[in-house]
Amino acid sequence: MSNAAVRMDNVSVYYGQTPALTDVCLEVQSGEYLGIIGPNGGGKSTLLKAILGLVKISGGSVEVFGRPVKSGISGIGYVPQFADMDKNTPISVREVVLTGRLRPGINPFFRFSKEDEEFSCSLIDKVGLSHLKNRRIRELSGGEYQRMLIARALATNPGLLLLDEPTASVDAAARVQIYELLEELNKSMTIILVTHDLLAISSHVHRLACLNRTLVYHGEPEFNEDVVNGLYGCPVDLIAHGVPHRVLREHGEDVKE
Amino acid sequence: MIRALFKYSFLQNALLSGILASIVCGIIGVIIVEKKLVMMSGGIAHTSYGGVGLGYLLGFEPIIGAFAFAVCAALGIGYIKRKGGAHSDLIIGLFWSAGMALGILFIAMMPGYPPDLSSYLFGNILSVTRANLHLISVLTFIVLFAVVCLYNYWKAYIFDSEFMTILGVRTGFLEYLLLFLVAITVVVLIRVVGIVLVIALLTAPAATAGLLTSGLRSRIVYSVLFGAFFCIAGLFISYELEIASGASIVVLSAMCYAAVYAAQNILSRRKTGKCVK
Repeated sequence: MSNAAVRMDNVSVYYGQTPALTDVCLEVQSGEYLGIIGPNGGGKSTLLKAILGLVKISGGSVEVFGRPVKSGISGIGYVPQFADMDKNTPISVREVVLTGRLRPGINPFFRFSKEDEEFSCSLIDKVGLSHLKNRRIRELSGGEYQRMLIARALATNPGLLLLDEPTASVDAAARVQIYELLEELNKSMTIILVTHDLLAISSHVHRLACLNRTLVYHGEPEFNEDVVNGLYGCPVDLIAHGVPHRVLREHGEDVKE
Repeated sequence: MIRALFKYSFLQNALLSGILASIVCGIIGVIIVEKKLVMMSGGIAHTSYGGVGLGYLLGFEPIIGAFAFAVCAALGIGYIKRKGGAHSDLIIGLFWSAGMALGILFIAMMPGYPPDLSSYLFGNILSVTRANLHLISVLTFIVLFAVVCLYNYWKAYIFDSEFMTILGVRTGFLEYLLLFLVAITVVVLIRVVGIVLVIALLTAPAATAGLLTSGLRSRIVYSVLFGAFFCIAGLFISYELEIASGASIVVLSAMCYAAVYAAQNILSRRKTGKCVK
Protein backbone atom coordinates (compact mmCIF):
# COMPACT_ATOMS: atom_id res chain seq x y z
CA MET A 1 0.00 0.00 0.00
CA SER A 2 1.40 3.36 -1.01
CA ASN A 3 1.08 6.36 1.26
CA ALA A 4 -0.48 8.71 -1.24
CA ALA A 5 -2.36 11.59 0.33
CA VAL A 6 -4.20 12.38 -2.89
CA ARG A 7 -4.61 10.24 -5.95
CA MET A 8 -6.57 11.55 -8.92
CA ASP A 9 -7.10 9.28 -11.86
CA ASN A 10 -8.26 10.74 -15.20
CA VAL A 11 -10.50 13.25 -13.48
CA SER A 12 -12.72 15.44 -15.64
CA VAL A 13 -15.03 18.21 -14.46
CA TYR A 14 -17.53 20.06 -16.63
CA TYR A 15 -19.43 23.25 -15.87
CA GLY A 16 -22.36 22.73 -18.22
CA GLN A 17 -20.70 22.14 -21.59
CA THR A 18 -17.45 23.84 -20.64
CA PRO A 19 -14.65 21.58 -19.54
CA ALA A 20 -12.84 22.88 -16.46
CA LEU A 21 -10.62 19.86 -16.00
CA THR A 22 -9.91 17.09 -18.46
CA ASP A 23 -8.10 13.86 -17.66
CA VAL A 24 -6.18 15.10 -14.66
CA CYS A 25 -3.85 12.55 -13.14
CA LEU A 26 -2.22 13.59 -9.91
CA GLU A 27 -0.53 11.70 -7.16
CA VAL A 28 0.62 13.53 -4.06
CA GLN A 29 2.58 11.64 -1.42
CA SER A 30 2.09 12.15 2.30
CA GLY A 31 4.24 14.95 3.65
CA GLU A 32 4.69 16.57 0.27
CA TYR A 33 4.45 20.33 -0.30
CA LEU A 34 3.11 20.77 -3.80
CA GLY A 35 2.57 24.03 -5.60
CA ILE A 36 0.15 24.16 -8.49
CA ILE A 37 0.44 27.03 -10.93
CA GLY A 38 -1.47 27.78 -14.08
CA PRO A 39 -3.24 30.53 -15.99
CA ASN A 40 -6.53 32.12 -14.98
CA GLY A 41 -9.40 29.83 -15.79
CA GLY A 42 -7.02 26.90 -15.91
CA GLY A 43 -9.05 25.01 -13.36
CA LYS A 44 -6.82 25.43 -10.30
CA SER A 45 -9.65 26.19 -7.91
CA THR A 46 -11.76 23.49 -9.50
CA LEU A 47 -8.99 20.98 -8.88
CA LEU A 48 -9.06 21.77 -5.16
CA LYS A 49 -12.84 21.58 -5.13
CA ALA A 50 -12.68 18.19 -6.82
CA ILE A 51 -10.35 16.95 -4.07
CA LEU A 52 -12.81 18.32 -1.49
CA GLY A 53 -15.79 16.73 -3.19
CA LEU A 54 -17.44 20.12 -3.72
CA VAL A 55 -17.84 19.72 -7.48
CA LYS A 56 -19.30 16.77 -9.30
CA ILE A 57 -16.67 14.97 -11.32
CA SER A 58 -17.94 13.62 -14.62
CA GLY A 59 -15.19 11.06 -15.04
CA GLY A 60 -12.32 9.44 -13.21
CA SER A 61 -11.79 8.97 -9.52
CA VAL A 62 -10.39 10.92 -6.59
CA GLU A 63 -8.99 9.28 -3.50
CA VAL A 64 -7.82 11.06 -0.37
CA PHE A 65 -5.76 8.97 2.04
CA GLY A 66 -6.87 5.87 0.16
CA ARG A 67 -10.59 6.54 0.48
CA PRO A 68 -12.94 7.81 -2.22
CA VAL A 69 -13.74 11.44 -1.64
CA LYS A 70 -17.06 12.74 -0.43
CA SER A 71 -17.86 15.85 1.53
CA GLY A 72 -17.74 15.44 5.26
CA ILE A 73 -14.70 13.22 5.40
CA SER A 74 -12.33 14.46 8.00
CA GLY A 75 -8.70 15.09 7.30
CA ILE A 76 -8.80 17.89 4.74
CA GLY A 77 -8.32 21.50 5.75
CA TYR A 78 -9.30 24.08 3.16
CA VAL A 79 -8.31 27.72 2.87
CA PRO A 80 -10.58 29.30 0.24
CA GLN A 81 -9.77 32.23 -2.00
CA PHE A 82 -9.73 35.52 -0.11
CA ALA A 83 -11.62 37.33 -2.87
CA ASP A 84 -14.65 35.04 -2.54
CA MET A 85 -14.99 35.55 1.19
CA ASP A 86 -17.36 37.86 3.02
CA LYS A 87 -15.40 40.48 4.94
CA ASN A 88 -18.32 42.18 6.68
CA THR A 89 -19.99 39.34 8.54
CA PRO A 90 -20.51 40.29 12.19
CA ILE A 91 -18.22 37.61 13.57
CA SER A 92 -14.95 37.62 15.49
CA VAL A 93 -11.67 35.84 14.75
CA ARG A 94 -12.24 33.39 17.61
CA GLU A 95 -15.75 32.59 16.38
CA VAL A 96 -14.54 31.96 12.84
CA VAL A 97 -11.84 29.54 14.00
CA LEU A 98 -14.38 27.80 16.23
CA THR A 99 -16.59 27.03 13.23
CA GLY A 100 -13.86 24.61 12.17
CA ARG A 101 -14.85 22.51 15.20
CA LEU A 102 -18.42 21.90 13.97
CA ARG A 103 -19.19 18.19 13.70
CA PRO A 104 -20.73 16.50 10.66
CA GLY A 105 -24.52 16.38 10.52
CA ILE A 106 -26.66 18.69 12.59
CA ASN A 107 -27.09 18.48 16.34
CA PRO A 108 -29.80 20.69 17.82
CA PHE A 109 -28.53 22.91 20.63
CA PHE A 110 -24.92 22.18 19.68
CA ARG A 111 -22.50 24.11 21.85
CA PHE A 112 -18.73 24.18 21.50
CA SER A 113 -16.97 22.34 24.30
CA LYS A 114 -14.20 23.73 26.45
CA GLU A 115 -11.69 21.63 24.50
CA ASP A 116 -12.96 23.18 21.26
CA GLU A 117 -12.42 26.64 22.72
CA GLU A 118 -8.93 25.83 23.96
CA PHE A 119 -7.89 24.12 20.75
CA SER A 120 -9.09 27.10 18.69
CA CYS A 121 -7.19 29.50 20.95
CA SER A 122 -4.00 27.48 20.58
CA LEU A 123 -4.39 27.62 16.78
CA ILE A 124 -4.93 31.38 16.87
CA ASP A 125 -1.66 31.59 18.82
CA LYS A 126 0.02 29.32 16.31
CA VAL A 127 -0.82 31.57 13.35
CA GLY A 128 0.22 34.60 15.40
CA LEU A 129 -3.13 36.31 15.88
CA SER A 130 -3.58 35.96 19.64
CA HIS A 131 -3.67 39.74 20.07
CA LEU A 132 -6.59 39.92 17.61
CA LYS A 133 -8.63 37.07 19.04
CA ASN A 134 -11.78 39.07 19.74
CA ARG A 135 -11.40 41.44 16.82
CA ARG A 136 -14.23 41.60 14.24
CA ILE A 137 -13.13 40.22 10.91
CA ARG A 138 -13.79 43.45 9.02
CA GLU A 139 -11.00 45.09 11.04
CA LEU A 140 -8.38 42.60 9.82
CA SER A 141 -5.78 43.21 7.14
CA GLY A 142 -5.52 40.85 4.19
CA GLY A 143 -2.64 38.89 5.73
CA GLU A 144 -4.35 38.58 9.11
CA TYR A 145 -7.54 37.42 7.41
CA GLN A 146 -5.61 34.73 5.53
CA ARG A 147 -3.94 33.49 8.70
CA MET A 148 -7.34 33.34 10.38
CA LEU A 149 -8.60 31.16 7.52
CA ILE A 150 -5.54 28.92 7.94
CA ALA A 151 -6.31 28.59 11.66
CA ARG A 152 -9.91 27.66 10.84
CA ALA A 153 -8.69 25.01 8.40
CA LEU A 154 -6.33 23.63 11.07
CA ALA A 155 -9.21 23.45 13.56
CA THR A 156 -10.48 20.42 11.64
CA ASN A 157 -7.24 18.60 12.53
CA PRO A 158 -6.33 17.93 8.91
CA GLY A 159 -3.66 15.64 7.50
CA LEU A 160 -3.94 17.49 4.20
CA LEU A 161 -4.11 21.25 3.78
CA LEU A 162 -5.40 22.81 0.56
CA LEU A 163 -4.84 26.51 -0.04
CA ASP A 164 -6.31 28.58 -2.85
CA GLU A 165 -4.15 31.64 -3.57
CA PRO A 166 -3.23 32.34 0.05
CA THR A 167 -0.94 35.21 -0.88
CA ALA A 168 -3.22 37.09 -3.22
CA SER A 169 -4.03 40.59 -1.90
CA VAL A 170 -1.41 40.30 0.81
CA ASP A 171 1.60 42.58 1.22
CA ALA A 172 5.19 41.33 1.01
CA ALA A 173 5.83 41.05 4.74
CA ALA A 174 2.61 39.14 5.35
CA ARG A 175 3.46 36.90 2.41
CA VAL A 176 6.71 35.90 4.05
CA GLN A 177 4.87 35.19 7.31
CA ILE A 178 2.36 32.97 5.53
CA TYR A 179 5.07 30.98 3.73
CA GLU A 180 7.00 30.55 6.97
CA LEU A 181 3.84 29.31 8.65
CA LEU A 182 3.18 26.85 5.84
CA GLU A 183 6.73 25.53 5.97
CA GLU A 184 6.27 24.92 9.69
CA LEU A 185 2.93 23.19 9.09
CA ASN A 186 4.42 21.02 6.38
CA LYS A 187 6.38 19.16 9.04
CA SER A 188 3.16 17.53 10.18
CA MET A 189 0.89 17.61 7.13
CA THR A 190 0.68 17.42 3.37
CA ILE A 191 0.14 20.76 1.67
CA ILE A 192 -1.21 21.56 -1.77
CA LEU A 193 -1.01 25.22 -2.70
CA VAL A 194 -2.58 26.87 -5.71
CA THR A 195 -1.09 30.20 -6.65
CA HIS A 196 -0.09 32.85 -9.14
CA ASP A 197 2.85 33.80 -7.02
CA LEU A 198 5.57 32.21 -9.17
CA LEU A 199 8.60 33.66 -7.49
CA ALA A 200 7.66 32.94 -3.90
CA ILE A 201 6.37 29.50 -4.69
CA SER A 202 9.62 28.40 -6.25
CA SER A 203 11.57 29.18 -3.12
CA HIS A 204 9.19 27.45 -0.72
CA VAL A 205 7.35 24.50 -2.19
CA HIS A 206 9.09 21.20 -2.75
CA ARG A 207 7.51 20.42 -6.04
CA LEU A 208 5.60 22.24 -8.72
CA ALA A 209 2.88 21.17 -11.08
CA CYS A 210 1.36 23.23 -13.82
CA LEU A 211 -2.32 23.07 -14.60
CA ASN A 212 -4.19 24.26 -17.64
CA ARG A 213 -7.32 22.15 -17.87
CA THR A 214 -5.16 19.07 -17.87
CA LEU A 215 -2.30 17.87 -15.74
CA VAL A 216 -0.24 14.77 -15.42
CA TYR A 217 1.85 14.60 -12.32
CA HIS A 218 3.35 11.62 -10.57
CA GLY A 219 5.65 13.05 -8.00
CA GLU A 220 8.56 14.12 -10.16
CA PRO A 221 8.42 17.55 -11.67
CA GLU A 222 8.32 17.04 -15.40
CA PHE A 223 9.09 20.54 -16.31
CA ASN A 224 10.55 21.97 -19.42
CA GLU A 225 10.07 25.01 -21.51
CA ASP A 226 7.65 23.35 -23.91
CA VAL A 227 5.34 22.32 -21.11
CA VAL A 228 5.29 25.78 -19.55
CA ASN A 229 4.91 27.61 -22.84
CA GLY A 230 2.14 25.24 -23.83
CA LEU A 231 0.33 25.87 -20.60
CA TYR A 232 0.57 29.63 -20.52
CA GLY A 233 0.61 30.19 -24.24
CA CYS A 234 3.65 32.42 -23.87
CA PRO A 235 7.11 32.10 -22.38
CA VAL A 236 7.24 32.43 -18.62
CA ASP A 237 10.27 32.79 -16.40
CA LEU A 238 10.38 29.94 -13.98
CA ILE A 239 12.64 28.45 -11.43
CA ALA A 240 11.88 24.83 -10.69
CA HIS A 241 12.85 23.79 -7.25
CA GLY A 242 13.25 20.05 -7.64
CA VAL A 243 16.16 17.86 -6.70
CA PRO A 244 18.62 19.05 -7.93
CA HIS A 245 17.95 22.75 -8.57
CA ARG A 246 17.02 23.27 -12.11
CA VAL A 247 16.62 26.58 -13.85
CA LEU A 248 14.72 26.78 -17.06
CA ARG A 249 16.44 28.28 -20.00
CA GLU A 250 16.18 31.91 -20.94
CA HIS A 251 13.54 32.75 -23.51
CA GLY A 252 14.67 32.22 -27.05
CA GLU A 253 17.81 30.28 -26.15
CA ASP A 254 18.38 27.35 -28.50
CA VAL A 255 17.80 23.87 -27.30
CA LYS A 256 21.12 22.05 -27.28
CA GLU A 257 20.91 18.35 -26.93
CA MET B 1 -54.19 55.93 23.13
CA ILE B 2 -52.97 54.28 26.34
CA ARG B 3 -56.49 54.37 27.77
CA ALA B 4 -57.93 53.08 24.53
CA LEU B 5 -55.43 50.24 24.66
CA PHE B 6 -57.05 48.82 27.78
CA LYS B 7 -60.50 49.35 26.38
CA TYR B 8 -60.30 47.89 22.89
CA SER B 9 -59.18 44.35 22.21
CA PHE B 10 -58.32 45.21 18.61
CA LEU B 11 -55.65 47.59 19.91
CA GLN B 12 -54.27 44.90 22.20
CA ASN B 13 -54.14 42.48 19.25
CA ALA B 14 -52.39 45.12 17.20
CA LEU B 15 -49.80 45.78 19.87
CA LEU B 16 -49.09 42.09 20.46
CA SER B 17 -48.84 41.30 16.75
CA GLY B 18 -46.50 44.26 16.33
CA ILE B 19 -44.20 42.95 19.05
CA LEU B 20 -44.25 39.40 17.67
CA ALA B 21 -43.57 40.74 14.18
CA SER B 22 -40.58 42.70 15.43
CA ILE B 23 -39.13 39.55 17.02
CA VAL B 24 -39.28 37.56 13.79
CA CYS B 25 -38.24 40.37 11.53
CA GLY B 26 -35.37 41.24 13.87
CA ILE B 27 -33.96 37.72 13.83
CA ILE B 28 -34.61 36.74 10.22
CA GLY B 29 -33.87 40.26 8.99
CA VAL B 30 -30.30 40.15 10.30
CA ILE B 31 -29.69 36.76 8.67
CA ILE B 32 -31.11 37.68 5.27
CA VAL B 33 -29.34 41.03 5.21
CA GLU B 34 -26.02 39.25 5.90
CA LYS B 35 -26.77 36.46 3.40
CA LYS B 36 -27.97 39.02 0.82
CA LEU B 37 -31.36 37.36 0.46
CA VAL B 38 -33.39 40.57 0.66
CA MET B 39 -34.71 40.40 -2.90
CA MET B 40 -35.48 36.72 -2.49
CA SER B 41 -37.61 37.58 0.54
CA GLY B 42 -39.36 40.22 -1.54
CA GLY B 43 -40.07 37.58 -4.18
CA ILE B 44 -41.48 35.18 -1.61
CA ALA B 45 -43.67 37.94 -0.14
CA HIS B 46 -45.14 38.97 -3.47
CA THR B 47 -45.73 35.39 -4.59
CA SER B 48 -47.93 34.94 -1.53
CA TYR B 49 -50.43 37.38 -3.06
CA GLY B 50 -51.50 34.51 -5.30
CA GLY B 51 -52.44 32.59 -2.17
CA VAL B 52 -54.50 35.50 -0.86
CA GLY B 53 -56.41 35.54 -4.14
CA LEU B 54 -56.92 31.78 -4.06
CA GLY B 55 -58.21 32.02 -0.50
CA TYR B 56 -60.84 34.55 -1.52
CA LEU B 57 -61.80 32.55 -4.61
CA LEU B 58 -62.25 29.23 -2.81
CA GLY B 59 -63.54 30.75 0.40
CA PHE B 60 -60.84 29.87 2.93
CA GLU B 61 -58.82 32.18 5.15
CA PRO B 62 -56.57 34.17 2.74
CA ILE B 63 -53.64 34.19 5.16
CA ILE B 64 -53.51 30.37 4.97
CA GLY B 65 -53.34 30.64 1.18
CA ALA B 66 -50.57 33.23 1.53
CA PHE B 67 -48.69 30.86 3.82
CA ALA B 68 -48.97 27.95 1.36
CA PHE B 69 -47.85 30.08 -1.58
CA ALA B 70 -44.97 31.60 0.38
CA VAL B 71 -43.66 28.17 1.40
CA CYS B 72 -43.97 26.84 -2.16
CA ALA B 73 -42.19 29.91 -3.52
CA ALA B 74 -39.40 29.57 -0.94
CA LEU B 75 -38.83 25.90 -1.69
CA GLY B 76 -39.20 26.43 -5.45
CA ILE B 77 -36.71 29.28 -5.59
CA GLY B 78 -34.33 27.35 -3.34
CA TYR B 79 -34.56 24.22 -5.46
CA ILE B 80 -33.92 25.96 -8.78
CA LYS B 81 -31.09 28.00 -7.27
CA ARG B 82 -29.47 24.88 -5.82
CA LYS B 83 -29.76 23.03 -9.12
CA GLY B 84 -27.95 25.97 -10.67
CA GLY B 85 -30.40 26.03 -13.57
CA ALA B 86 -30.79 29.80 -13.72
CA HIS B 87 -29.68 33.00 -12.04
CA SER B 88 -31.50 33.50 -8.78
CA ASP B 89 -32.60 37.06 -9.53
CA LEU B 90 -34.23 35.79 -12.70
CA ILE B 91 -36.22 33.13 -10.84
CA ILE B 92 -37.11 35.62 -8.12
CA GLY B 93 -38.42 38.05 -10.73
CA LEU B 94 -40.56 35.34 -12.33
CA PHE B 95 -42.00 34.12 -9.03
CA TRP B 96 -42.59 37.72 -7.94
CA SER B 97 -44.66 38.76 -10.96
CA ALA B 98 -46.33 35.39 -11.55
CA GLY B 99 -47.54 35.28 -7.93
CA MET B 100 -49.01 38.77 -8.16
CA ALA B 101 -50.62 37.96 -11.52
CA LEU B 102 -52.18 34.77 -10.13
CA GLY B 103 -53.64 36.76 -7.24
CA ILE B 104 -55.22 39.25 -9.62
CA LEU B 105 -56.51 36.40 -11.79
CA PHE B 106 -58.11 34.56 -8.86
CA ILE B 107 -59.77 37.75 -7.60
CA ALA B 108 -61.10 38.50 -11.09
CA MET B 109 -62.62 35.01 -11.27
CA MET B 110 -64.55 35.63 -8.06
CA PRO B 111 -68.27 36.19 -8.54
CA GLY B 112 -69.69 39.45 -7.21
CA TYR B 113 -67.84 42.50 -5.98
CA PRO B 114 -64.09 42.13 -5.49
CA PRO B 115 -62.97 42.32 -1.85
CA ASP B 116 -60.77 45.11 -0.57
CA LEU B 117 -57.25 43.78 -0.76
CA SER B 118 -55.41 46.84 0.43
CA SER B 119 -55.06 45.42 3.96
CA TYR B 120 -53.06 42.52 2.50
CA LEU B 121 -51.02 44.73 0.21
CA PHE B 122 -50.26 47.53 2.63
CA GLY B 123 -51.10 45.95 5.97
CA ASN B 124 -53.54 46.95 8.60
CA ILE B 125 -52.31 46.15 12.04
CA LEU B 126 -55.60 47.36 13.56
CA SER B 127 -57.55 44.62 11.82
CA VAL B 128 -55.57 41.70 13.28
CA THR B 129 -58.04 39.16 14.69
CA ARG B 130 -57.63 36.75 17.62
CA ALA B 131 -57.23 33.86 15.14
CA ASN B 132 -54.55 35.83 13.26
CA LEU B 133 -52.80 36.48 16.53
CA HIS B 134 -52.74 32.77 17.40
CA LEU B 135 -51.25 31.93 14.00
CA ILE B 136 -48.66 34.70 14.38
CA SER B 137 -47.70 33.43 17.86
CA VAL B 138 -47.16 29.88 16.63
CA LEU B 139 -45.09 31.05 13.66
CA THR B 140 -43.00 33.35 15.85
CA PHE B 141 -42.30 30.46 18.18
CA ILE B 142 -41.17 28.26 15.26
CA VAL B 143 -38.76 30.94 14.01
CA LEU B 144 -37.40 31.61 17.49
CA PHE B 145 -36.90 27.93 18.20
CA ALA B 146 -35.22 27.19 14.85
CA VAL B 147 -32.75 30.02 15.28
CA VAL B 148 -31.91 29.48 18.95
CA CYS B 149 -31.59 25.73 18.58
CA LEU B 150 -29.17 25.96 15.64
CA TYR B 151 -27.51 29.26 16.57
CA ASN B 152 -23.90 28.09 16.12
CA TYR B 153 -24.75 26.61 12.74
CA TRP B 154 -26.41 29.82 11.58
CA LYS B 155 -23.38 31.83 12.60
CA ALA B 156 -21.07 29.59 10.61
CA TYR B 157 -23.56 29.42 7.73
CA ILE B 158 -23.73 33.20 7.43
CA PHE B 159 -19.94 33.44 7.29
CA ASP B 160 -19.10 30.59 4.92
CA SER B 161 -21.54 27.84 3.99
CA GLU B 162 -19.10 26.11 1.62
CA PHE B 163 -16.72 25.39 4.45
CA MET B 164 -19.56 23.80 6.42
CA THR B 165 -20.30 21.51 3.49
CA ILE B 166 -16.69 20.35 3.62
CA LEU B 167 -17.08 19.64 7.33
CA GLY B 168 -20.07 17.46 6.50
CA VAL B 169 -22.68 19.75 8.04
CA ARG B 170 -25.93 19.45 6.08
CA THR B 171 -25.98 22.91 4.54
CA GLY B 172 -28.75 21.96 2.12
CA PHE B 173 -31.03 21.44 5.09
CA LEU B 174 -30.00 24.81 6.56
CA GLU B 175 -30.57 26.55 3.25
CA TYR B 176 -34.11 25.20 2.84
CA LEU B 177 -34.86 25.79 6.51
CA LEU B 178 -33.80 29.42 6.16
CA LEU B 179 -36.06 29.91 3.13
CA PHE B 180 -38.89 28.24 5.02
CA LEU B 181 -38.33 30.61 7.94
CA VAL B 182 -38.34 33.55 5.54
CA ALA B 183 -41.72 32.33 4.22
CA ILE B 184 -43.05 32.16 7.79
CA THR B 185 -41.72 35.62 8.54
CA VAL B 186 -43.38 37.02 5.46
CA VAL B 187 -46.75 35.63 6.58
CA VAL B 188 -46.33 37.11 10.04
CA LEU B 189 -45.48 40.49 8.55
CA ILE B 190 -48.27 40.56 5.96
CA ARG B 191 -50.91 41.44 8.58
CA VAL B 192 -48.70 44.13 10.04
CA VAL B 193 -47.18 45.96 7.07
CA GLY B 194 -48.56 44.15 4.04
CA ILE B 195 -46.98 42.29 1.13
CA VAL B 196 -45.58 45.33 -0.62
CA LEU B 197 -43.87 46.69 2.48
CA VAL B 198 -42.52 43.45 3.98
CA ILE B 199 -39.02 44.12 2.66
CA ALA B 200 -38.83 47.39 4.57
CA LEU B 201 -39.55 45.82 7.94
CA LEU B 202 -37.14 42.97 7.21
CA THR B 203 -34.29 45.28 6.28
CA ALA B 204 -34.67 48.58 8.14
CA PRO B 205 -34.29 47.26 11.73
CA ALA B 206 -31.43 44.94 10.73
CA ALA B 207 -29.67 47.64 8.74
CA THR B 208 -30.03 50.21 11.53
CA ALA B 209 -28.69 47.65 14.03
CA GLY B 210 -25.84 46.94 11.63
CA LEU B 211 -24.78 50.57 11.79
CA LEU B 212 -24.54 50.50 15.56
CA THR B 213 -23.13 47.13 16.55
CA SER B 214 -20.88 44.50 15.05
CA GLY B 215 -21.61 41.26 16.90
CA LEU B 216 -24.20 38.85 15.54
CA ARG B 217 -26.06 38.38 18.82
CA SER B 218 -26.10 42.07 19.72
CA ARG B 219 -27.14 42.88 16.18
CA ILE B 220 -30.16 40.58 16.51
CA VAL B 221 -31.12 42.09 19.88
CA TYR B 222 -30.81 45.67 18.60
CA SER B 223 -32.73 44.73 15.50
CA VAL B 224 -35.63 43.28 17.54
CA LEU B 225 -35.70 46.41 19.71
CA PHE B 226 -35.66 48.72 16.70
CA GLY B 227 -38.42 46.65 15.10
CA ALA B 228 -40.55 46.86 18.24
CA PHE B 229 -40.03 50.61 18.41
CA PHE B 230 -40.95 51.08 14.74
CA CYS B 231 -44.06 48.91 15.09
CA ILE B 232 -45.37 50.47 18.28
CA ALA B 233 -44.61 54.04 17.29
CA GLY B 234 -46.00 53.38 13.82
CA LEU B 235 -49.13 51.90 15.35
CA PHE B 236 -49.55 54.99 17.51
CA ILE B 237 -49.15 57.30 14.52
CA SER B 238 -51.53 55.19 12.49
CA TYR B 239 -54.16 55.25 15.27
CA GLU B 240 -53.90 58.96 15.96
CA LEU B 241 -53.73 60.14 12.35
CA GLU B 242 -55.98 57.41 10.94
CA ILE B 243 -53.58 56.38 8.18
CA ALA B 244 -52.56 52.87 7.05
CA SER B 245 -50.37 51.24 9.71
CA GLY B 246 -48.02 49.62 7.18
CA ALA B 247 -47.16 52.94 5.59
CA SER B 248 -46.57 54.74 8.89
CA ILE B 249 -44.36 51.90 10.23
CA VAL B 250 -42.28 51.74 7.05
CA VAL B 251 -41.86 55.48 6.65
CA LEU B 252 -40.83 55.75 10.29
CA SER B 253 -38.26 52.94 9.97
CA ALA B 254 -36.77 54.36 6.77
CA MET B 255 -36.48 57.77 8.40
CA CYS B 256 -34.83 56.29 11.48
CA TYR B 257 -32.29 54.44 9.34
CA ALA B 258 -31.51 57.62 7.44
CA ALA B 259 -31.18 59.58 10.68
CA VAL B 260 -28.80 57.06 12.26
CA TYR B 261 -26.78 56.86 9.06
CA ALA B 262 -26.48 60.63 8.82
CA ALA B 263 -25.64 61.04 12.51
CA GLN B 264 -22.93 58.43 12.24
CA ASN B 265 -21.42 60.05 9.16
CA ILE B 266 -21.35 63.46 10.80
CA LEU B 267 -19.78 62.03 13.96
CA SER B 268 -17.08 60.12 12.10
CA ARG B 269 -16.32 63.12 9.91
CA ARG B 270 -15.91 65.27 12.99
CA LYS B 271 -13.61 62.64 14.48
CA THR B 272 -11.39 62.36 11.39
CA GLY B 273 -11.45 66.14 11.07
CA LYS B 274 -9.96 66.41 14.54
CA CYS B 275 -7.25 63.92 13.65
CA VAL B 276 -6.19 65.97 10.65
CA LYS B 277 -5.85 69.08 12.78
